[in-house]
Amino acid sequence: MHIGTKPKNLIKKKVFIQEMNISTEISDRKMKQRLLKDKIFTNGMIFLAFLSGVPLFLILYQLAIKGYRQLNISFIFEEAPDTMEAMIAVANNEIIPGGIANGIVGTLIIVGLASLIAIPLGIICGTYLAENAKGKFAGLVRFIVDMLQGVPSIVLGVIGYIWIVKPVTSGFSALAGSVALSIMMLPSIVRSTEETLKMIPGTLKEAALSLGVPYHKVILKVILPTGISGILTGVILGISRIAGETAPLMLTALGSTVINTNITEPSSAVPLLVWEFYNDPNLVNMIWSASLFLLLLILGLNLSAKAIARKWKVQY
Amino acid sequence: MPTEQKYKEKVVIKNPIEKIESPVLKIDDLSVSYGGDKYAIQNVSAGIAKNKITAIMGPSGCGKSTLLRAINRMHELYPNTHNKGGVYLGDENIYELNPIQLRRKIGMVFQRPNPFPTMSIYDNVIAGFNLNGIKLKRSEKDEIVERSLREVGLWDEVKDTLHNRGTFLSGGQQQRLCIARALAYTPDIILLDEPTSALDPIATSKIEDLLVKLKKDFTIVLVTHNMSQAARISDYSMFMYLGELVEYGKTKQMFTTPKDKRTEEYLTGKFG
Amino acid sequence: MNSEKIFKYLLVSSGVLMVLIALGIVATLFVGSIPSFKEFGFGFLFSTEWDPTEGRESYGALPFIIGTLLTSILALIITFPFAFSISLFLGEYFKDGALPSFLRSVVDLLAGIPSVVYGLWGFYALKPLVAELGLNAQGFGIFTSSVILAIMIIPYASSLGAEVISMVPGSLKEAAYSLGATRFEVVRNVIVPNAGSGIFAGYILALGRAIGETMAVTMLIGNSNNMPTGIFDLGNTMASLIANQFGEAEGLKYTALIEIGLILFVITGIVNYIGKLIMKKLSA
Ligand SMILES: Nc1ncnc2c1ncn2[C@@H]1O[C@H](COP(=O)(O)OP(=O)(O)O)[C@@H](O)[C@H]1O
Ligand SMILES: [Mg+2]
Repeated sequence: MHIGTKPKNLIKKKVFIQEMNISTEISDRKMKQRLLKDKIFTNGMIFLAFLSGVPLFLILYQLAIKGYRQLNISFIFEEAPDTMEAMIAVANNEIIPGGIANGIVGTLIIVGLASLIAIPLGIICGTYLAENAKGKFAGLVRFIVDMLQGVPSIVLGVIGYIWIVKPVTSGFSALAGSVALSIMMLPSIVRSTEETLKMIPGTLKEAALSLGVPYHKVILKVILPTGISGILTGVILGISRIAGETAPLMLTALGSTVINTNITEPSSAVPLLVWEFYNDPNLVNMIWSASLFLLLLILGLNLSAKAIARKWKVQY
Repeated sequence: MPTEQKYKEKVVIKNPIEKIESPVLKIDDLSVSYGGDKYAIQNVSAGIAKNKITAIMGPSGCGKSTLLRAINRMHELYPNTHNKGGVYLGDENIYELNPIQLRRKIGMVFQRPNPFPTMSIYDNVIAGFNLNGIKLKRSEKDEIVERSLREVGLWDEVKDTLHNRGTFLSGGQQQRLCIARALAYTPDIILLDEPTSALDPIATSKIEDLLVKLKKDFTIVLVTHNMSQAARISDYSMFMYLGELVEYGKTKQMFTTPKDKRTEEYLTGKFG
Repeated sequence: MNSEKIFKYLLVSSGVLMVLIALGIVATLFVGSIPSFKEFGFGFLFSTEWDPTEGRESYGALPFIIGTLLTSILALIITFPFAFSISLFLGEYFKDGALPSFLRSVVDLLAGIPSVVYGLWGFYALKPLVAELGLNAQGFGIFTSSVILAIMIIPYASSLGAEVISMVPGSLKEAAYSLGATRFEVVRNVIVPNAGSGIFAGYILALGRAIGETMAVTMLIGNSNNMPTGIFDLGNTMASLIANQFGEAEGLKYTALIEIGLILFVITGIVNYIGKLIMKKLSA
């Protein structure tokens, strides 16, 4: 807004304010002050908004610069090196041999198993909530799902330990990690399913029901497929939310130096490897590449969730 | 700010459709666009008479609101607007004035009553002072609030609930509160954009009476979709059609002997 | 039973399972805490001792409760100007166009970075900076953790705010403009009062996030079991304590850690509940 000039007084009014001797004039100095304040605020806001994004680029930059050299084929297909090997490589100024294959396989198994538990349950529960928008019990379930969303991941690690590690697998295991992570991803699947299904117009359901199709077939064959992109988006976001989790896995899957496909045995995972490398002075150079890999994986998941949400959007 | 008209000592409206004696506001060949070269109103020229009610009529979408908002530059809240021609308050082009100061002179009331829901009735009335950082004594505030609410005939209805939220009032009361809010800040001109279209007939007639009463102190420009309202309370009427000011004159004359065929068709209910 | 009925039972039983999971979590934490509670009673909440030495084992949660609240509230304070700016930028000043969609993506991506990666960056980039500024000898501590947490919760603190700000009715803003307000004055007198409780709810939910955050804090807070003496002191949070000590814990320490988990669970539960309550009032 430009300052411009002040309008002259045109009308001699007999309005009460004149009787009261109150001036509604705003002095030039005051006006300039207000406009300056407005300008400072706007520019400060823009500056702070974009400053908030700076850490993202600093992090990406640091990971890329320090991690890219290590990212090659063997990094993906070889197991993590032991400390001695790494120490010798570092001493000779070479790239540390080996990779994070045990972590990748572990992440695939743990996250895959967690998805196997959470996706069907989450979609069914989301459908239940969407179909019973006003029910009392549904309200309770909705509340509980909301509350589950806020449970700290470390607490779910404790739960995974007490529920699985001790009584079921009598020791740390991939399964325990999967159980902890599945609880963690459930809420986002439930809510995205519910939200998506609620947006499907009731006429679609009525049309199918009026054709004599039974209720459950309407849900399975009409409603769920129509909402598939929204549900899928929620699922992928749920996966990306758990794929980077370290804390609950420390108490459940623990970690492993070798590839392990037995879900009742301890298993590694990429975020666990980052933590291990960080704690081992000889392996510390590998944190960057492992983090870079993890970050690319998660950002990739996020981007694909967005792309799906955009591309497959069903027009009603 | 987009304007082609430079400051002039003595403004003479180029194509006045109706000659108004010593107008307080002069709209001179004004065209307004919301972006691109499509103009929502085109080449509008008119003088606005002091201490009179001027009604702007026309079918929906003809540019009534655009014209009204161009008078206190509210249309500039949309990002890509530009305009040709000028509007003169006295002999000053409003597009060269400071819009904040301008709006102090030209207040506005909107279609839907919009009291600030987070403020009390009291604070709504003196919002103009508070927003502009004008410091007042408590006693001054009290007096402004009382007198403004008396002006709009709301005082007796709300004097015991001044510190309650204004949103608990009825629609008609809310709209009178909004008028009180506009006039408390003592503008020269009050613009009203279909102020009664969301109200019931009783509330509407209260507001109409109020406007007639207020014109002794204020110049009033009223957009209305309601022909009989224009006929009842306005002194001058404009008829707009497709962004053009088709006819402008004394209300009585326009309603009895419209000059333009389109005006006649509108007034006889052929469209709009 | 026909398939119709089975289907309906399936739907309901998924809800029942959800309830069971939640009850199971609560019951598990309660039962696991019993031995610790029997030993220390409510004194556990107020004791500042964390001594695992055999023979005179004694555990108390206060330093960790304080550490948790201190880091997360400080993080919220630091995040406020940034998150509020983003909310205003996306919700009021620049609603569509290339710039806001860029900012929106950046904020989304910030939410996607794993906690452990934030921890690494904090360790290698932020910690030396804090040390250099002389705020703390090695750069570890509550303040450092709070800064990282502040960055991590920006997306949560800003997104709800942007949403409610964009929903402030245009008619109210117009009313203020027509009275001569500048945009800043519209923000202060119309947008903030009308969107305030929604913005606040967003901060509460972000606070819940910060309270439960583990890895980044573990890597930066210094993991001291003593009562912190100030914001530049070392400390420990409940989440970080569990992460560090649960693995090798046995006996009394094991159940004390579960009780810490229970306290953490209850605190986040209360905080999130308040946040949701405000949100619910908004939509009503
Ligand atoms: N914010 C806007 N952006 C773009 N076009 C607009 C905007 N507001 C109004 N218009 C257009 O300008 C024309 C006049 O609108 P308006 O002045 O609101 O008419 P009226 O008030 O007579 O119904 C219409 O064609 C309308 O579509
Ligand atoms: Mg209009």
